[in-house]
Amino acid sequence: MRQIAVMVGQRLALGLLTLLAISILIFGATELLPGDFAEAVLGQSATPETVAAIRRQLGLDQPFWVRYWAWLSGALQGDFGASLANPDRRVADMIGVRFGNTLFLAGYAAAMAVPLALGLGILAALWRNSVFDRGVNAGALTAISFPEFFVAYVLILWLGQSGWFPTMARVPAGVEMSERLWRTFLPALTLTLVVTAHMMRMTRAAIINLLASPYIEMARLKGVSPLGVITRHALPNAIAPIANVVAINMAYLITGVVVVEVVFVYPGLGQLIVDSVSRRDIAVVQAVALIFAAAYVLLNLAADVVSTLSNPRLLHPR
Amino acid sequence: MARAELLRMRDIRIEGRAGDAWLPIIDGVDMTLHRGEVLGLIGESGAGKSTLGLAAMGHVRDGCRIAGGAISFDGIDLRAAPDATRRRLRGRRIAYVAQSAAASFNPAHRLIDQYCEAPVRHGVMTRAEAEADAVDLYARMQLPEPDRIGWRFPHQVSGGQLQRAMTAMAMACRPDLIIFDEPTTALDVTTQIEVLAAIRGIVAQFGTAAIYITHDLAVVAQMADRIKVLLRGREVEEAPTRAMLAAPRAEYTRSLWAVRTLERAARPPSEGGAVVSVRDVSAGYGGVDVLRGVSFDIHPRRTVAVVGESGSGKSTAARVITGLLAPRTGRVLFDGRPLAPDHRKRTRDDLRQVQMIYQSADTALNPKHTLREIIGRPAQMYLGLRGRALTERVRALLALIELEPDAHIDRRPSELSGGQKQRVGIARALAAEPRVILCDEVTSALDQIVQEGILRLLDRLQGEFDLAYMFITHDLATVRAIADSVVVMQHGAVVEAGPRDAVFAPPHAPYTARLLASVPEMDPDWLGRLLDRRDAGQG
Repeated sequence: MRQIAVMVGQRLALGLLTLLAISILIFGATELLPGDFAEAVLGQSATPETVAAIRRQLGLDQPFWVRYWAWLSGALQGDFGASLANPDRRVADMIGVRFGNTLFLAGYAAAMAVPLALGLGILAALWRNSVFDRGVNAGALTAISFPEFFVAYVLILWLGQSGWFPTMARVPAGVEMSERLWRTFLPALTLTLVVTAHMMRMTRAAIINLLASPYIEMARLKGVSPLGVITRHALPNAIAPIANVVAINMAYLITGVVVVEVVFVYPGLGQLIVDSVSRRDIAVVQAVALIFAAAYVLLNLAADVVSTLSNPRLLHPR
Repeated sequence: MARAELLRMRDIRIEGRAGDAWLPIIDGVDMTLHRGEVLGLIGESGAGKSTLGLAAMGHVRDGCRIAGGAISFDGIDLRAAPDATRRRLRGRRIAYVAQSAAASFNPAHRLIDQYCEAPVRHGVMTRAEAEADAVDLYARMQLPEPDRIGWRFPHQVSGGQLQRAMTAMAMACRPDLIIFDEPTTALDVTTQIEVLAAIRGIVAQFGTAAIYITHDLAVVAQMADRIKVLLRGREVEEAPTRAMLAAPRAEYTRSLWAVRTLERAARPPSEGGAVVSVRDVSAGYGGVDVLRGVSFDIHPRRTVAVVGESGSGKSTAARVITGLLAPRTGRVLFDGRPLAPDHRKRTRDDLRQVQMIYQSADTALNPKHTLREIIGRPAQMYLGLRGRALTERVRALLALIELEPDAHIDRRPSELSGGQKQRVGIARALAAEPRVILCDEVTSALDQIVQEGILRLLDRLQGEFDLAYMFITHDLATVRAIADSVVVMQHGAVVEAGPRDAVFAPPHAPYTARLLASVPEMDPDWLGRLLDRRDAGQG
């Protein structure tokens, strides 16, 4: 177990380094965006004097590294500064509730999608080339091939118009959990349909890839049932590739759900970053981008840890 | 004493899919086995031994089907029985021991978990009983630390120990029949002895019937009561072991015997000094020394065999000579002149003089190239041949290795048999017109009859082209067949070297003695005598 702790520590340190590099990129990239916040805010009334005044007021006239340092040291304490578009509001406050909402929706979708994908993948591998296998593959590919908004509208048509589930996923504060799950069911189901295919197909492929191994034949010759062969003998050796695909899809659930949030009017980070880009609210964009990057780094770290734990060669060296 | 019949297979026909057609793999073979009896199944690879052995469990591999015949195990019709019935028999009453234990143990689970799977799933024992029983069987199989070894993962246990652990696992439910599929083929001779002795002991203790599949006659002679010889899916003959060894009836069986006895008189070293001299070479990978102060000579027109078990540094010595691995200390001399340690610093002519043939022709030949390209490349690179001259040279080389040039020059390796591929490897080495050829286990992946053809070819080419061979092998029968002198290596050092007959005659260095004693002999009493002698030595 000590090795695992050391490994996690090393990876965390590397992850922090990666985040630092990403933060420079994020901060630098927003600098490169065409246009200027001050000019955009002032619009028609922009004169060289007023622009200069606003830039000075917001600190935009400072050199890059000074501003970067100020921003980073604030971010490390959870303070992303004030919104540029609305100086009365702190970025951290704007993000806080929405980040919670995004995590909730991602967790909800993952809780449905991961078991579904693994189960379908295992069954498809067990009954490979059967009608079931073909049906599941065709269904999954269909779901992933349609644009997300289309899947969302189809679900609204079927499950929303009939009145079973609300089509607007507004979640006021203080709503009970069951109520909340019911209100957000349609966006969660949309996301589930979108991410299941990838994980399911990787599960199936990773298992089938192993079925030609001599130890699988050995298990069969010991009288192990077909399902036992797959769950006890193939699956434990297929965990590493599956964990990586699951991590990528979980990251997508956190960072890539803009369209679904917009369709269902769900107050998550995706909507916030789109709004902020159009308002040139660079402070918010930077903060959200950093959160997204951190999500990728952490989920990949988790996948690496799971892969290592699943491999006795790494866990128990000779 | 007449024993009850356990397994009866009649007119078995098994087919394998080749494209759209089904080709016969086993073509009308009968097999009968009585309780407590050991049947040896021998033949070359592709003879259908494993297929027939697995069919005794009612199992065929993917892409194969049982096309006809009857399989009856203790009165149960295995072909007609439902899957569930077959599953209940497998592991409990019929068990299987695979060729490569390293690949056949699941890398994700501890040995004990894999051991307990069959007895617990089949309801023969509780987990605790199975664990206690495993420790007992591990001890009987003479595994070190029997109460601890089961709690290791497969990668933490050596190959020979894994093979014994797999035999213990097969024994877990005390089956009536065990199928051993080449269980010692992947092991060194010195390790093989331990596994053979352990298998033979445990089969006798529990009165288990067994089918012992191998291509090694000497091994089957130690293990089997009866021997059945297969050739291309058909039975050649079957007889009690002693009767068959004394008087093989079929021509094919006699040819199998003949290979073991291929022998050529050793020649004295040629005059005029060594063509390649290895002097005090130490070399290794990373921080590990694989070779420690190794010295030996390769004489012109002679063959030096380098023997030792895997990991003894034989192949590393060849890599140092070719310059693929630069030695830490020591030198390699060619005609008394030092060669650059790194092959990139050698002249083209130095490179041309030393060529190499590899163990696995499958991986040593580029599958995308035709024989024209494979053999033509060195002739083009080293001798500057082009166009017609190059084609003529390739055709001449194909003729030399006894492949018909017109039929083969535009084939790819996948269209050749294993023996033919190895011949192409030889032609590629010859194309450079070298003086020295390093042969790294070139016959160990081949069947005995094919081996004999390759050895005879190498011998003929040596005479025609004045070649010097360094022949790396772990098979002492091969050494007898071709070597003039022998270098015995262990743990990266030379333990004994000299003319072949001197090395093979007493007194031996202790390791050489153990190596020589470990080579199975055709005499069915050989293993028993060896074990008796060893017990006496300890007692």
